[in-house]
Amino acid sequence: MDFSVLLQDIPTLLVVILGVPAILAAYIVGGELLVRRLPDKSRPQVRPWIWVGPALILVSGFLLLPAIGTMFQSFENNAGSWVGFNNYASQFADFPQGGAWVAIRNNVIFWLIFYTLFTLFFGLILAVLFDRVRYESIVKSLIFMPMAISSVALGIIWIFMYQYSTPGEPQVGTLNAIVTFFHHDPVVWLQDQWPSDKFNLLNNLALIGAATWGITGFSMVILSAALKGIPGELLEAARVDGAGEITVFRRVIFPLMMPTIVVVGTTLVIFALKAFDVVYVMTGGNYNTDVLAFRMYEQLYTAGNNGHASAVAVILLIAVIPVLIFNLRQFRAVEARR
Amino acid sequence: MRSVTWVRSLVPLLGVIVVAVACGTSGAANAGSVKVVAVWSGQEQASFMAVLKPFEDSTGIKVQYESTRDEDAILRTRVAAGNAPDLAAAPSPQLLTQFAKQGKVRPLNDAVDMSALSSTTSAGWIKLGEPLNDGKLYQIFSWAAVKGLVWYDPKNFSSKSYTVPKTWDDLMALQTQIKSGGTPPWCIAVASGGAADGWPASDWLKEIVLSQAGPDVYDKWVAGTQTWTSPEIKGAFQTFGQILGPNDSNVYGGKNTILATQFGDVGTPMFANPPKCYMLNQASFITTFFTSAVPSLQAGTDFTFFPLPDINTSFAGAHVVAGDSWSMFNDTPQARQLIKYLTTAQAQDIWVKRGGKLAVNKQVSLDDYPDPLSKLSAQILVNTQIAKYDATDNMPTDMRNAAWKGLLKFISNQGNLDSILADLDKTQKTAYTAA
Repeated sequence: MDFSVLLQDIPTLLVVILGVPAILAAYIVGGELLVRRLPDKSRPQVRPWIWVGPALILVSGFLLLPAIGTMFQSFENNAGSWVGFNNYASQFADFPQGGAWVAIRNNVIFWLIFYTLFTLFFGLILAVLFDRVRYESIVKSLIFMPMAISSVALGIIWIFMYQYSTPGEPQVGTLNAIVTFFHHDPVVWLQDQWPSDKFNLLNNLALIGAATWGITGFSMVILSAALKGIPGELLEAARVDGAGEITVFRRVIFPLMMPTIVVVGTTLVIFALKAFDVVYVMTGGNYNTDVLAFRMYEQLYTAGNNGHASAVAVILLIAVIPVLIFNLRQFRAVEARR
Repeated sequence: MRSVTWVRSLVPLLGVIVVAVACGTSGAANAGSVKVVAVWSGQEQASFMAVLKPFEDSTGIKVQYESTRDEDAILRTRVAAGNAPDLAAAPSPQLLTQFAKQGKVRPLNDAVDMSALSSTTSAGWIKLGEPLNDGKLYQIFSWAAVKGLVWYDPKNFSSKSYTVPKTWDDLMALQTQIKSGGTPPWCIAVASGGAADGWPASDWLKEIVLSQAGPDVYDKWVAGTQTWTSPEIKGAFQTFGQILGPNDSNVYGGKNTILATQFGDVGTPMFANPPKCYMLNQASFITTFFTSAVPSLQAGTDFTFFPLPDINTSFAGAHVVAGDSWSMFNDTPQARQLIKYLTTAQAQDIWVKRGGKLAVNKQVSLDDYPDPLSKLSAQILVNTQIAKYDATDNMPTDMRNAAWKGLLKFISNQGNLDSILADLDKTQKTAYTAA
């Protein structure tokens, strides 16, 4: 790797290495000095704001204000004049195959249901099963490993997994090698719109499968932590009372893990709604695999249509908000129970 | 108080920073640098670096090259953020033209020597660089490729005694003849990594429109005034359907192989023994992919081409050409020097000799082409009667992407042609006004 580019601009480098920490330190020390000058009573009221302040400024500057700007832009055309709900109308035009409908369907049906369920299911099974083996930490690290892979690399890996070669030629894709081993014709996983192009389950599931592989480690680790938090006496008491292992799982472990499962589940729902990278890398939204985040990207960067892109962004935001609120509430409830 | 000493200790530190900043900006009086963005990576990037080497050596200017396959997004973001590269080379000039309209790129009339340029580059190419028709040159072209070349293995042809078709009817007859021998005549591959899937099929369509309906329809089609449902464009799709055959049966592997194969791998089945297809249509750059897949292949003996025959003889010698167009975003002396250099025969010759590109500069000798084939395509480029720039590349990006997607749908199911064209008409209504 060539790092010489870093040395081309020494002043910037110095500012980054020394200046940023210096300013941070100065802010903290200065803020603390300021608070100490205040009367004893008002100190507890002021101090939190000093600590929260930078985060608030950053969040409002980089998240809140742009979000509000996006909402305004979604009612404007590219020239900046007001067009009312026209941008939304074009997104909701021609149900069920036109506008943003394919993307909406893929997001709120395929991704939301299958991605969330698969990830929760595998995460839970793995957490519970590995809890009982000696080599738990090794296997868990292995399952967690895909989390460390960038999602673009993940997409590329799965393109190779799904690789299709014409029947009769050596199948270099892992999945098609398996499929042809059982004397079935190779499948074009990413292009095949089985069962029909109005309801193309197969290629969407292929994408969701790739994404699930990347995220299962996340759900497994959190669920495993929740599992370890269940007191051993409870399980023992259940067993003494004559409960079999499946009953213990169904009646004791599962209910106790429920709050965590709900939190992980809602987080995954949000991930599902903002799915982008796997689609971008693997199909480019072709063959009816479009999702909202990718549609927004396409409208913005390839079509250069800010209004349409903003409208899609707002639709996505509105779809996420209920889940977000539910998630926060649930999280607080879990914290309260601790 | 402890914290006060803390603050005091920061003071000299800040002093050091200020001094360092001052020194850093005043020192290092070198020849400067140029930031360049283009799509070339791998083998192509190596060739571009070879082109830059003499420039960097002689001027001392450092070229900071950034390669991306998602150039539209990168350029839009960087231009919007006020962080545009100094120069960018784009394989599709539409975006650069849009930047010209917005005043984001600088006219090149002063940057390059116009009289020298017009003596070394044919007027057609210069005209293509003036997309706003205001007498200002916004783009220059360095390298080009001829499209609509049908590649075949001459050994396969002679062993089956197939003859190179001179007319469109010959081609249709040859197609039937090959198919009756039990092998599909064509190899087609349209995958290009996600968002760009489908463009190789658009090459077919453009050739057919230009050669079947003529340059006027072609221009109107590019400009968005010729509807997709019109008989001319629909006819072009149907002609492409004749190439594909019923259910894509004229193509090796049918629709699955067409859609799932990367465009660069299109030729591999043709070089198998026995061949699994006999012909493929691709621009001149494809030879790089042939030889990198099968290094033993020799241009001329293992693969050669014939130009796609004229469909309608009243538009004889019509060809779609493509080129790398350059635009300048920041008018710096270094950028001017580089763009001037790129128009010279010296610069273009370097890549020509390395293979894969044809020079736009007429002074590049035909003898410099590394093999007889690129020499032949260079001759076609020079002798083309009706040269048209790549149509889809000149449509608004939205229209271009919709066209690619429409072609993918057409290959998946030719029976949906009418609804595909109706969808494209819808996009056409909005795409040309949006940007």
